[in-house]
Parts: sequence; C-alpha cells; structure tokens
Amino acid sequence: MSADEEPLHRKLGLADDEYERIRATLGRDPRPAELAMYGAMWSEHCSYKSSKIHLKTLPTEGSAVLVGPGQDAGAVDVGEGLAAVFKMESHSHPSAIEPYQGAATGVGGIVRDIVSMGARPVALLDPLMFGPLTEPRNRWLLEGVVAGIGGYGNCIGVPTVGGEIRFADPHSANPTVDVMCVGLAEADALVTSTSLTPHAGSFMVLYGAATGRDGIGGVSVLASATLDGSSEGSRPSVQIGDPFAEKLLIEASLELIERGLLEGLQDLGGAGIACAVSESAARAGMGARLDLDAVPLRERDMEAFEILTSESQERMLAIVHPSKLEDVRAVCDRWGLQIAVVAELVEGGDLTVTHAGRLVAEVPAVSLVDEGPVYDRPCEAPRAAPGDDDDPTFQPYEGDLLESLRSVIGAPNVASKRWIWQQYDSLVQGQTLAGAGSDAAIVRIPGSMRALALSTDGAGRYGSLDPYLGAVHAVAEAARNVAVTGARPLAITNCLNFGNPERPIVMWQFAESIRGLRDACLALDTPVTGGNVSFYNESGGSAIWPTPVVGMLGLLDDHRLRVPAGFPRAGLAVYLLGETFPELGGSEFAEAVLGVVAGRPPAVDLERERALIGVLVEAAAADLLASAHDCADGGLAVALVESAIGGGHGFAVTVQTDLPAHVALFSESASRVVAGVALEHEQAFTELAGARGVPVSRLGETGGPRIVVDAMLETTVAELRAVHESAIPRLLSEAI
Amino acid sequence: MTDAPPRVGVITFPGSLDDRDALRAVETMGGEGVGLWHADHDLRGVDAVVLPGGFSYGDYLRCGAIAGHAPILDDVKAFARGGGPVLGICNGFQILCEAGLLPGALIRNASLRFVCRDVFLRVETSQTPVTSELVPGEVVEIPVKHGEGQYVATPEQVRMIEGEGLVVFRYANSRGEVGGAANPNGSLADIAGVRNGAGNVVGLMPHPEHAVDPDVGPTGGQPLFASLLATALERAGATA
Repeated sequence: MSADEEPLHRKLGLADDEYERIRATLGRDPRPAELAMYGAMWSEHCSYKSSKIHLKTLPTEGSAVLVGPGQDAGAVDVGEGLAAVFKMESHSHPSAIEPYQGAATGVGGIVRDIVSMGARPVALLDPLMFGPLTEPRNRWLLEGVVAGIGGYGNCIGVPTVGGEIRFADPHSANPTVDVMCVGLAEADALVTSTSLTPHAGSFMVLYGAATGRDGIGGVSVLASATLDGSSEGSRPSVQIGDPFAEKLLIEASLELIERGLLEGLQDLGGAGIACAVSESAARAGMGARLDLDAVPLRERDMEAFEILTSESQERMLAIVHPSKLEDVRAVCDRWGLQIAVVAELVEGGDLTVTHAGRLVAEVPAVSLVDEGPVYDRPCEAPRAAPGDDDDPTFQPYEGDLLESLRSVIGAPNVASKRWIWQQYDSLVQGQTLAGAGSDAAIVRIPGSMRALALSTDGAGRYGSLDPYLGAVHAVAEAARNVAVTGARPLAITNCLNFGNPERPIVMWQFAESIRGLRDACLALDTPVTGGNVSFYNESGGSAIWPTPVVGMLGLLDDHRLRVPAGFPRAGLAVYLLGETFPELGGSEFAEAVLGVVAGRPPAVDLERERALIGVLVEAAAADLLASAHDCADGGLAVALVESAIGGGHGFAVTVQTDLPAHVALFSESASRVVAGVALEHEQAFTELAGARGVPVSRLGETGGPRIVVDAMLETTVAELRAVHESAIPRLLSEAI
Repeated sequence: MTDAPPRVGVITFPGSLDDRDALRAVETMGGEGVGLWHADHDLRGVDAVVLPGGFSYGDYLRCGAIAGHAPILDDVKAFARGGGPVLGICNGFQILCEAGLLPGALIRNASLRFVCRDVFLRVETSQTPVTSELVPGEVVEIPVKHGEGQYVATPEQVRMIEGEGLVVFRYANSRGEVGGAANPNGSLADIAGVRNGAGNVVGLMPHPEHAVDPDVGPTGGQPLFASLLATALERAGATA
C-alpha cells in the first residue's frame, strides 16, 4: 500500500473522528464490512447528522397527527377510521447523473415507504427544479426526469396528480427532483415500530427483486457529497428501477399486512440490507443474525460489503413468525416474487453478519441506527442582506403593461406545464377530482364524501434572498393552495434541498429555513409529520437556492363542495381577498420583465394568512364560492388571467389603487386570493370576510371572451391562453 | 328469468392497473363485477369478459405479448368463439391483438411520449357489444392514457378492416370530424378501436372505465358499459 493511498474509511465517506468513534464503540479496529455499514448508516443521507439538532425544533404534534417523524412516513387522521400516510423525498443526486433512472427510482422508493406503513398508495406529486431550458443539458435533464417519473409511475397503478416545475440558474448543475407519495390505510392497522410485536426467533424475510451491484454507495457517495467533474463515473451508483416488480411488491405487501402475517415490515432503500436489518432489529430492541449467503443475488462473486449496501430496487424486508412462513411464501409465490429467509431476530443487541460461512461483522445494531455522530455545524449569515437599494419595487417602470403581462404569463415558472403532466397517468384508481394544473390536487377517498387536497410548494427565489421568508412563504402558499379548494390544511411533510452543510453560509440558510418552517407551521396549525433532507446540492462551490419544499395535506369533508380555480361562468362578481402592498422584491415580474432576482421578498403576516384560510374554508362549506385561486407568482394579474383561462370566461375589472399600475398588477404580496362569487352570495361572502378581519374588494365581473383591466390593459382570453400554453413546448422544441 | 344483474368478469394479470377501476365501472353502471385471475382456467360463469388496462407482465417482450399466452386466454378464446362479449381496454386491446382475436397491432405513439388526456371518439358501428346503444356518427368523450397506442395494420388487414366495417371508434373532434390534432397517437386512419368479424370481440385504446363517474371527468364511457351490460344480460337470459 502506497503511503498516500486513502484509508478505507475515508473512501466510504467517514471522517477520521467518525472512524475513531467506531473503534471506541467496538473496542477494536473495525472489519471492512463493518466499516461499509457504518459508512452508509452514518452518512448524511441516513443519519441526518448535520440537520438533526435543527429538525428537533419543528412542531410535530397536533390533534390530527397519528404518526409523527421517525417512521417510514407520517400519518394523519382523515376521519371515518382512516389514516392518510404521506412523505416526500429527494432523488436529486442520482437524477443529475442519470435523469431517467434517478427520477424513476425516486418514485419507487417513496412508494415503498408508504407501503411499508401498511397503506395503499393513492397519489404521487413531483416538485421539480431545473436550470433554464435555454441550455441543452437542462432540456435533457427535464425530458429524462419527466420520462422517468412517467415510465415508473405510470406502470404501478398510482396516479401522478400534481407537483410543480420551476426554473432557476443555480439548479442547472444540480436539478432538484423531489417526489411525494400519499397513501390510505385503516388507522388501527397502520404498521409502525410499535404497532406490531416481533419475537426473538422470528425470521427476517427478504422478498422482491434479487440483489445486484447497482446503487452501491448511493447514500454515501452520491447523496452525501457534492458532485464534481468526475461525477459521470458515479453512474454505477445510480439504481435501476423495475416498475413491474414494484407493482407486484405493492400488491403482495398489502396482502401480507391485511392477512396479519407480519410482525414488522420495512422497505429497502438507502443503505440497503444493512439499513433494513439493523433498523428492524434496533426498533424491536433486539439483535439479529444475518446470513448473506441466503440473499438471492443477481450477480456472482459479490463481496460482503456489496451485498450489505447494495441499493438494488424493489425489495422489502418482513419480520415473520416461523409459524407464518409458509403462508407468507404462498402469497409471494402467487405474485411471482422471490423470497428468502436472510436473518433471524435474537435476544441481545448484536447484529452478526456471516458471508461464505465466515463472520464478517459483529456490531451493536443500535450503534448503526441511533448512535451516529450529531453535528452542530457553524452558521454564518452573508455579509450583505438584500437591502432596499436594489429593490425593483421602487424602480420607475415605463414599459407596456400588456407586453409585461405576456412576458410573465409566458415565463417558464408561470406558463402551463401541460406538456409535462400530460405524460403522467393522473386517472388510475378513478378518484382524481382535480389533477395537476389546479392549486391543489383533489383525490377522493374511495367510498366516501371526503377527499384529500394535496399541494407541494417551494419558494426558492424568495429563499435565495431571505431563507427565513422563503420557508414561511412555502408553508403559507401550500396552505393557501389547499384552502382555496375549500379543504382544511392538516399537516405537512417536507423535503429540504440545500448545498454543502459544511459551508457556514449554507448551514445558516438551513437554520433560517427551519426557523421559518417552525413559525409558519405553528401559526397555521399544520405540524410536520416527517420529511427528508437533501444536502450537498452544489458544484464548484455554487449551491442551489435554499429550497425547502413543503407537501401539504388537507381534508375536504364533502368533495361536492370543492371550489375550482377557474371562473366557471359569466356574471360572477370578482373579488380580491387580502391586500396589495408595494412588494416586487424577488417577484416573477422582476425576473421575467426586469431580468433581476433582487430586493426584499414580500412580508408574510401569519395571522392574516390564518384568517384568510379560515374565510376560504368557511365560505366553501357554505357554498359561497364559485371559484378561488391563489395569488402568487405574477401577482393579481396572473391570478386573474389564470382564473379566466382555467374556466374559459373573461372578465372586466377595475383595480383601485394608489400604487403604480405595474406594482398593483404584479406585486406578490402574500395572503391574497382571487374569488368568483355569485351575485346572490355577495353579501354573505363580504360579511364573512369582514367578520374575520380579511380585507375584501370587489374588482368587477366575469363574462365574455375579453380580459379588461380598466385603464391598464385589454386583450382576450384566447390570446393569453396561447401564450400560456405554448411557452414550454416552444422552449423544448428549440432542442430539435 | 331472474332480475339478477349481468355478471361481467375483469381479468387481473400481474401488472394490470385499471382492473379495480373496470370492476367499479361495471358496478356503477348496475352490473355485478367478478374478479378473474390470469393463472386460472376459470371464467366463473360470467356473461362478459373485460381485459383491463395496465402493463401486464411489465410489457416485457412486447405489450400484451406474454399475457396473450396466459392460461386464462385459452378460456377467453373459447368464450369468444361461442359468441361471448369480450372487451379489451388499452393493454387489454394490445393483448387481444397479440392473441390473434383482433386484427392489427399497437406500437409506440408517434410522439414517442406517454399521453394522458381526454379525447373524442366517433362511433363507426352499432354492431358490437359496447356500441349497441349508440348510433354511428355519435361522439363520446373518454380519456386516453398510453405510451403505445398507435394502431397499425398491414395493407391487407386495412382493406379487410375497412371493407368489413370492423372499425368501431375513430379519434375525432367534438363535432365528429377526424384528422389532425384529434388523433393523440398517430393511429392509422384515426382508428381508436376495432372489432372482430363476428362483432363480439372489441378492443380500444381509450379508457371507458375512467369515463362513467361525473365527479372525475367526462362520462362518455357510460353508453359503452350500458351497451355491454345489456348485451351481457341478453346472453345471460339466453343461456339461463
């Protein structure tokens, strides 16, 4: 061995002090297979070592929460004895290297998380961020990710109903590919670490696909370090997905749970068998004897560390009492799935691993799972905060308002994403009442009047200017998107996408974002039920925008009272709920028209937001709203135009304001909604808003093919629809 | 005679996705849905058979190719030979083509992309179990969702299909005019669905089972299921 060769632990992503910690735990030098397990389990991705102390400050409890953070997914009570199980994860690192498989296996992984809770997956949402589509590589990444999401999601019988797609320069090298899955289960049949009682002597049964060399080092090499110029060489660390196997795995797993054949269930994801076996044993308060020779392999001559940390897809680990083994085998046979008894739970806490008849590892299971390092990494705020000097709000603007509106409506962040979501099956299972393109997706609970309202929101542009406000906006907008349909926001999951946490400025962004999430979730009474942290999204010292993505779950008690976003007919009064302030900082107008991302993002008064949400939910329940649409990117102008495009009816309005016209139209002040109200409900509606202290102004009425904003601009619905619809296809066809 | 509803079987293959949806559509429209299993040689005495959408056997080899050799297909073929009504939806259509029960084949969409959207279909014939309550020229709105739905056939098959009036549905606009953007996948002659010579076996790419519930979307699938149930009821009466 040459003097300068890197020691094994560093190659596995372990720091020198982490290595010493392992030696102290074991009281000896670790064996290679043991190091591989620690390397995977103590990776940032698996151990949350840089984020843990911050995540602990998030509110996690509430009356609707059945299962909080720490399980495979969170769960909330949605009434009638049912639980909605939901979680979001990122697959950004693999997607940057191999977009199709990266995105596809991201879908597979999150679906297994939901299944392992005993829930049937009923919806998928995909929040994505890419660099500008003017770059060929970004088009390649987008097309690959979309094809991967569809190629996998469309083959497993779970509808893809929403998500969002946004574009920003800092996401060019590192696209953000998150995916959220929602499932339904009988609340009293949820599978958690405490819901079932595993016994010593019970078997650990691996079923599903065979184990190969794909995805080795996925968590430690790919997900827990920055990508650099040699990242192409990491392609073998990207897993390969097989949605057909996943579909069989879903059906078999749900049948095993329903028939009460299991004492525990866990999916195999990051860190593969090492993670699943050690976590299952540690949660049971026991140890395990793992025989790697029993693991069905796809390739010959695999090393112990490869079998332990392979991230081959479509595998599950069940704990099965010996008396139930034959029944479990019969179910798996019926679904054509391979099954193998690979381990046995034992008293005491040791995980022993044998390979080729030899002992290759003997470590306390709990040391892998719960005793990893925890870091309080230094935070440092940037020297210059975005001040008022460069705030676009106060720059004079002489441009043509209609031309500006066209630019904003056709900007990639605002333009219709139909080209993308038409490639996803949004219909399977037959419960999708509103899909992608709505403020929130609405998925009916089968056989019930109730429905889930689901939205994912990130506010990276605001976050780049003020990470605290970015996080607050993400929660507030997600809650508003759910509430405009008439649903009550219940709880969130999240995926926190950031750069390298070892850089103090990134850690500051993270800490500020957590503070924002905490404040907003407390104020809006939407606790955090779980989530995922994705660090190291940077290349060459340049990080992505700090982007906490929020996945909000809301509940509609009666889906027949759901409120559409578009103006459904002529002759409605058009109202603005909330107030418009001079706030163009970080706005879509500033980026699309002025070409700057600068200024102070809009303020959020969480009490106002809470009051607005209350009005929306109450007004919908009283059937006072014909339409309601969130004012966000592009402000009032875009909200009005999208309401017209969505419903196919124009409008004539007057915007009474002391602000310059472009500020009044494009300001992105928070806590605002455009509502369509039937004339006979106007009085009740305005009284309700007044009683709740929510400002309300009547702008005009719907009707006709034209869009008229008195003294400001005039055009047709058809003209703006064409701009809105054609922008993304036009950008993508530049590739040809 | 009894008042029992007609029994419609829906086959689940490994990788079937819309099987539960087809069963629910049958029940919604007043029939009795009967789950059937690919590996069984048993149609459980049903009055009509539906092969649902999905990715049977993972679309390995070719869409529908392996399912075309599933054990239950022997029974489906015998049932079809006896005049029993058989409906293949999406992947079910692909399976019926692979099994030789319908002419032609389905290949990747001309766009090379999966497409999920509502389309309009012009009814070309009433002489099938799913169009008996419709008249030629009528237009129904139903969603498609597929990556491999481009209908193709050899020139001889095309002459036979058109000559014998085997086209059941064509992609059209809401006024029933074919051509252009109305065709979502580049199918030959805008063909969305075909029947066999006897008329009792029908396959189509669009998903009528996703077009019966007004809360979810268009309702163009209702007359197709109403027709299928009426046909199945007649058959139940005849064999009772």
